[in-house]
Amino acid sequence: MKTIGMIKSVVVRSKALAFAGVMSTLMFCAVAAHSARVAGNPPSAAAGPPAATGTEVNIDNFAFNPAVITVKAGTQVIWINKDDIPHTVDSSEGKFKSAALDTDEKFEFKFSEPGEYPFFCRMHPKMTGKVIVQP
Amino acid sequence: MPNKKQDFIDQKLQDINNDGVDRRGFLKCMAWAGTGLVWTLSGGIPISRAFGRSPEKNAVKGADFSFVQISDSHIGFNKPANPDVTATLQTAISRINALPHSPDFIIHTGDLSQLSKPSEFDTLDQTLKSANPKQIYFVPGEHDMLTDNGEQYLQRYGKGTKGAGWYSFDQKGVHFVGLVNVVNLKAGGLGSLGHDQLEWLEDDLKGRSASTPIVLFAHIPLWTIYPDWGWGTDDSEQALSYVKRFGSVTVLNGHIHQVMQKVEGKLSFHTAMSTAFPQPAPGTAPSAGPMKVPPEQLQKVLGITDVNYMVSGKSLAVIDSPLDGSSASASGKSGD
Repeated sequence: MKTIGMIKSVVVRSKALAFAGVMSTLMFCAVAAHSARVAGNPPSAAAGPPAATGTEVNIDNFAFNPAVITVKAGTQVIWINKDDIPHTVDSSEGKFKSAALDTDEKFEFKFSEPGEYPFFCRMHPKMTGKVIVQP
Repeated sequence: MPNKKQDFIDQKLQDINNDGVDRRGFLKCMAWAGTGLVWTLSGGIPISRAFGRSPEKNAVKGADFSFVQISDSHIGFNKPANPDVTATLQTAISRINALPHSPDFIIHTGDLSQLSKPSEFDTLDQTLKSANPKQIYFVPGEHDMLTDNGEQYLQRYGKGTKGAGWYSFDQKGVHFVGLVNVVNLKAGGLGSLGHDQLEWLEDDLKGRSASTPIVLFAHIPLWTIYPDWGWGTDDSEQALSYVKRFGSVTVLNGHIHQVMQKVEGKLSFHTAMSTAFPQPAPGTAPSAGPMKVPPEQLQKVLGITDVNYMVSGKSLAVIDSPLDGSSASASGKSGD
């Protein structure tokens, strides 16, 4: 988990909360943000900027987060479905295809070759993302 | 209890007095709960009629036959929005069985299951056994085609169908077409019918008299309701061009778990409530998906759709009924 310093803006799924002055990570963790859609769906522990160069992609609210992830060749990327609806991870070019992932289920794929790998959810094709693999 | 329901409706009408909307004119304000909306087409001209009585009385006089549309049963779903979707499906079946006129058949517009699991389809079939109408027509939703190109679904419900499960049949002079728009979807796209199915549809409709009433049914809406959430079909325009010449066309869809209706000349579109869980109105939440409501509200936002056909008028009346037996809930907004 990255340490986040001064946070200027945060994406929160619930109603907009007005914060004046310095915001600390502690405050964010304590905020009982609740989903506008489904009650009892806890938010991620630290709603900070997306991990752009990590190896995990979260699936939630019909979106891949981060939508674009950059990794080194040989890296295994893990998609985790945090949504309350199943989704899939399908390469737009047929290079990989997950089973339907229910809540908390994962899909992993190791990217050996550099290149760009667009993917989408074949159930909800408006959900798209991309893995950029660097040498 | 007609009096009680009539009081309820009168009270609701008074609540919106500030709109200056009277009993006859309340159709203009479709944003309140408590009324069923009956659309009929007569000679190509849509006539909407306020329908405020209990669902038990909603058999349209002179109807020659009727059928019921149910949708989005999502057997296997068990999250807070509805921990027991089998129970609410059972309630829907009880409402069907309580209709004064026994429907000829049932149409299920897809998302039978949550994950295309055999156990989920088994539970669905078991539950549907208690429905009085024994003939049930299905089209798959995206949740039903998740394994082996839809093998589980097609094995059970695909007899006599073509491709990914499309087919047509006739009943008392009405031509019904079940379409599949949930497979081979393209990244970034909406629902899709595909070239093969469109070719088949054009051929299927060829030579039929323009006075034949047509009913198309498919899972994802065949009109563009809200593209951001995938609520539309990329190539539906082509399909609709094939039915343009007919005098009465009714399109029945599911997928969005709420009632939306639109009339465009001789073409009327209708989406059904789910029997499992509601979804938010377009743009009112971060995304589509299960929407939790207070437990006592759940049975108001789930429902069945009763469709009555009048041979003489060659028209279909579509009546939505929530599971709790009250009149249909709001959200009958027209899309674009």
